[in-house]
Amino acid sequence: MTWETVIGLEVHAQLATRSKIFSGSATAYGAEPNTQASLVDLGYPGVLPVLNGEVVRMAALFGLAIGATVARRSVFARKNYFYPDLPKGYQISQYELPIVHDGHITIELDGGATKAVHVIRAHLEEDAGKSLHEHFAGLTGLDLNRAGTPLLEIVSAPDLRSAQEAVAYMKKVHQLVRYLGICDGNMQEGSFRCDANVSVRRAGTEPLGTRTESKNLNSFRFLERAILFEVQRQIEVLESGGRVVQETRLYDPDRDETRPMRSKEEANDYRYFPDPDLLPVVLDDAYIDAVRRLLPELPDARRERWTRDFGLKADAAEVLAADPEVATLFDSLARESGQPVAAANTLQSQLFSLFGAERTPARVNVPATAAILRLVADGSIARSSAKELIEEFAFSSAAPDLQQLVAQRGLKQISDTGALEGIVADVLAANPLQVEQYRAGQTKVLGFLVGQIMKASGGKANPAQVNELLKMKL
Amino acid sequence: MKLTRQNVAQIAHLARLEIGPEELDGVVEKLGRIVEFVDQLQLADTSAVTPMAHPMDMSQRLRADTVTEADHRDLYQQNSAAVADGLYTVPRVIE
Repeated sequence: MTWETVIGLEVHAQLATRSKIFSGSATAYGAEPNTQASLVDLGYPGVLPVLNGEVVRMAALFGLAIGATVARRSVFARKNYFYPDLPKGYQISQYELPIVHDGHITIELDGGATKAVHVIRAHLEEDAGKSLHEHFAGLTGLDLNRAGTPLLEIVSAPDLRSAQEAVAYMKKVHQLVRYLGICDGNMQEGSFRCDANVSVRRAGTEPLGTRTESKNLNSFRFLERAILFEVQRQIEVLESGGRVVQETRLYDPDRDETRPMRSKEEANDYRYFPDPDLLPVVLDDAYIDAVRRLLPELPDARRERWTRDFGLKADAAEVLAADPEVATLFDSLARESGQPVAAANTLQSQLFSLFGAERTPARVNVPATAAILRLVADGSIARSSAKELIEEFAFSSAAPDLQQLVAQRGLKQISDTGALEGIVADVLAANPLQVEQYRAGQTKVLGFLVGQIMKASGGKANPAQVNELLKMKL
Repeated sequence: MKLTRQNVAQIAHLARLEIGPEELDGVVEKLGRIVEFVDQLQLADTSAVTPMAHPMDMSQRLRADTVTEADHRDLYQQNSAAVADGLYTVPRVIE
């Protein structure tokens, strides 16, 4: 019996605002418990929510980026349930009229194929607080700093057919929200997480199987593991004649398994209704056009431009486009140096290994690094010298006088034919055996001879010129 | 729609309302009358009417994204039944 996996994801992206969605409390991560929880966040009677305009702009920006409809009119609704981390007894969310609906996100599959995943909707809602069960015996501690933090919940259709596709989709959403600057994407801090709706059906059949929902997956790996476990579990249940129960499950990374989270008798019944404290959000064409003008160049467009205009290879373009800071750095380096391929190579072979908490892509000294790349391009210095200089200046705030440094340190590459000819002649004279072999057709020894000449020149010979001269002399 | 005792008990549970067995029949009857009234409303043809989300014919004002709330934790926690280490504490709830 073969089974087909069907997955839909609900991604929760915490919007990178300074203040909360309905109150003026700060959203900064890591503050002392409850120091960023105002009367609105605490659900005191008599308070009223006031919508943060920035979350509306961010949601609209996301909608435009995925080719979705940004609703001219959307409505907030109350989702009712009782849990101590939700002091009001309801979560303000959107239900029937979300702010964004019907877009798509394209993922790349193995072998270069692509797949457009339908995004049914993206709606705004507030996050709940945090429950701490470990601190006190018999008690749960509540930190409500996170209560009221703005979330964009991005709901895909059940279009994904494997754990691999689900991970590719989640990564694509992660990349997109970071490019748009609407979410910091920090998964350890819970700023970006997802729920996976998973079911299986017999291959070739139409109706969907009963699904389970695995909650709060905060890494790509956990998403993959949870899906793989869940698919296997459901197949085993069905093949042994059982039925899959529709339920919410929690993935436990320590045991690498999912298990039921809420009992059946508390089946979700949220009794949504429009929140009378909030009026409908109405956006006109002028507003949406203004947001559209803020759309940055998105990763797919960047990759396409780089391969087309710069001649980058597809995999290099993908690596450089993955992170928006790196992508911006690459564009600046390419522009300032006029050497996009060299800039791409330097990023991948050298700068990536230098990046760290302090040494971020945004802090790279672009003018100095670009100037060094130009010196290589015009033959003034060797790649090895460039590497040393980049190591030294990529993260310095200084504006080095490179011409002077090159002269002082004797880095000037020997491109003077007369000087090179002398070295070439010496090396050929010292290696008669290799010369003989080369002339007998063993062209591989050319590399050895080039190496000897480079060594003899102290690494300063211009390799292109050495090759040319050698072939002439041989 | 006819309300049953089971419907009412379920709704009461979801709303965390305690309705004793002796009260239940009375609530079923009274609530049932309201639901019947809704049945009557549903006879009206509203297919051409845009659903109303709010009785006020206005749209939502948006506020600027600025932090305006200071930390008043100590003051707010004076209203709480139990706090410890800056946390509000409640009887243990665990999934």
